[in-house]
Amino acid sequence: MIIAEQKPFKEIYESVKDSEKLLVLGCGTCVTVCMAGGEKEVGVLANQIRLAAGKDGGKIEVTEHTITRQCDEEFFDEGASEKIKEADSVLSLGCGVGVQHIVQLYPDVVVRPGVNTQFYGATLQQGIWTERCAGCGECVLERFEGICPIARCSKSLMNGPCGGSSNGMCEVDPENTECAWQLIYDRMKRLNKLDKLMDYQPPKDWSHDRDGGPRSVSREDVLF
Amino acid sequence: MSEEQYKSGSRLEQVLTSGNFALTGELGPPKSADRETVEKKANLLKDSVDAANITDNQTAIVRMSSWGAGLIAKECGLEPVMQITTRDRNRLAIQSDVIGAAAMGIKNILCISGDHHSFGNHPTSRIVHDIDSVQLIATLKKMRDEKKFESGDEIRNTKKSELIEPRIFIGAAANPFADPMEFRVVRLAKKINAGADFIQTQVIYDMERFKKWMDEVRDQGLHEKTYILAGITPLKSAKMAQYMKENVSGIAIPDHVVERLSEAEDQKAEGINIAVEQMQELKNMEGISGVHLMAIGAEKSVPGIAEQAGFLPRPTQYEKIS
Repeated sequence: MIIAEQKPFKEIYESVKDSEKLLVLGCGTCVTVCMAGGEKEVGVLANQIRLAAGKDGGKIEVTEHTITRQCDEEFFDEGASEKIKEADSVLSLGCGVGVQHIVQLYPDVVVRPGVNTQFYGATLQQGIWTERCAGCGECVLERFEGICPIARCSKSLMNGPCGGSSNGMCEVDPENTECAWQLIYDRMKRLNKLDKLMDYQPPKDWSHDRDGGPRSVSREDVLF
Repeated sequence: MSEEQYKSGSRLEQVLTSGNFALTGELGPPKSADRETVEKKANLLKDSVDAANITDNQTAIVRMSSWGAGLIAKECGLEPVMQITTRDRNRLAIQSDVIGAAAMGIKNILCISGDHHSFGNHPTSRIVHDIDSVQLIATLKKMRDEKKFESGDEIRNTKKSELIEPRIFIGAAANPFADPMEFRVVRLAKKINAGADFIQTQVIYDMERFKKWMDEVRDQGLHEKTYILAGITPLKSAKMAQYMKENVSGIAIPDHVVERLSEAEDQKAEGINIAVEQMQELKNMEGISGVHLMAIGAEKSVPGIAEQAGFLPRPTQYEKIS
């Protein structure tokens, strides 16, 4: 899923404090699971804004709403649409995709992001999420037996570890980040495939990544 | 051998292929447009080493470029080994630097991934790593031997013009002390297969562990496929040794080395004594073709160390030593 983190309150408040009718709009998918922008976070944040505005003597009318997915038009039902159109600003707690999708669907509304979108990751344990995929557009996991050096090595090295691997951890963040190449080595050993480590991995074709320009996928077979 | 038979014809290549025991040094470029400092360091090193590595934004701190400082060194009579990291430049920029450097007479290039930029003075910059160090080695080999860029395009101005490839002696780094330990010789083999003509190792303090690594290297016959130069840096004090032991990934310093320094009256001199002893031991180690003496910021001490270790004068004739 997409992992996001709520922006510092001060930054959020600065971006919305001049609005009169503010809608805090949550998203019920990824950001709900990573506890950054679901219904619960919408409630807390809306109250914080009301309190801060009260202190400032400002008058922001804050409403709250959460839809299943901000990245899909079908979830912007009549109820959601009405609330968005009534507001002069929307504070989206969806990821960067959600923010832009609202802008596209409701061109007259000002939309502010409430979270910093981080990465594609997994839940390690409650409260800890970690990056697993870099969305490079050309998956190489087969070559590394399911551990991605592009996403998980600090230098995205494809042909083995640098000198900064120590006791299984990466020197860039030795407390939290495992060395991807230690993981790859251990995995190959477990599967009895250490020979695979000798394979030369040629320079990657980054044209499938962002380097080829903004990407889109179109599937003729499912188009209406 | 005539000039044409060499891969690059660099002094380092000639020293190594003639069977001489090589000595390379290191020159850290300044953090400004200060030409004089480069000249001063180059003049200190030029008669004591066969060539010197010119580091590429070492420790991810902006410095004079390795080709810029390398050209100044060359003008002073010190042969540069231009270092290229994959951290800051993509394959376009790197290849253009390589042909530019070759056109200016730089003949040795060392390929490394480089220290992560989060440790340097521009931690908010974007990291590149379009290619990794092994891919960089393969790219240089392709440029030199196949006369083609990484993309496959031929290295010539037009379809009809002459192919003018960079003639370079390709170097790579090896770290016998980092984890995963079992991967270290594999990694060396990959670099050799990719085209590394010579290898410079990480700084060695734990000679026992290094010897074990070399056993494995010799078992696989890798020392016969490349020239291995062993990395040496004199320790300045017991305090420095302790700090490095605790804080620098990929550097192993045994307790007995720290103890020897702390017991010495003159710790700096003792650090040099240790380095000299190591150099002499390495000179007699099967499979080691030279020493890479890294005394960054202490270039002044290099001639003395080389002298004390019996490495001077440096060879000027490169007849094959039988």
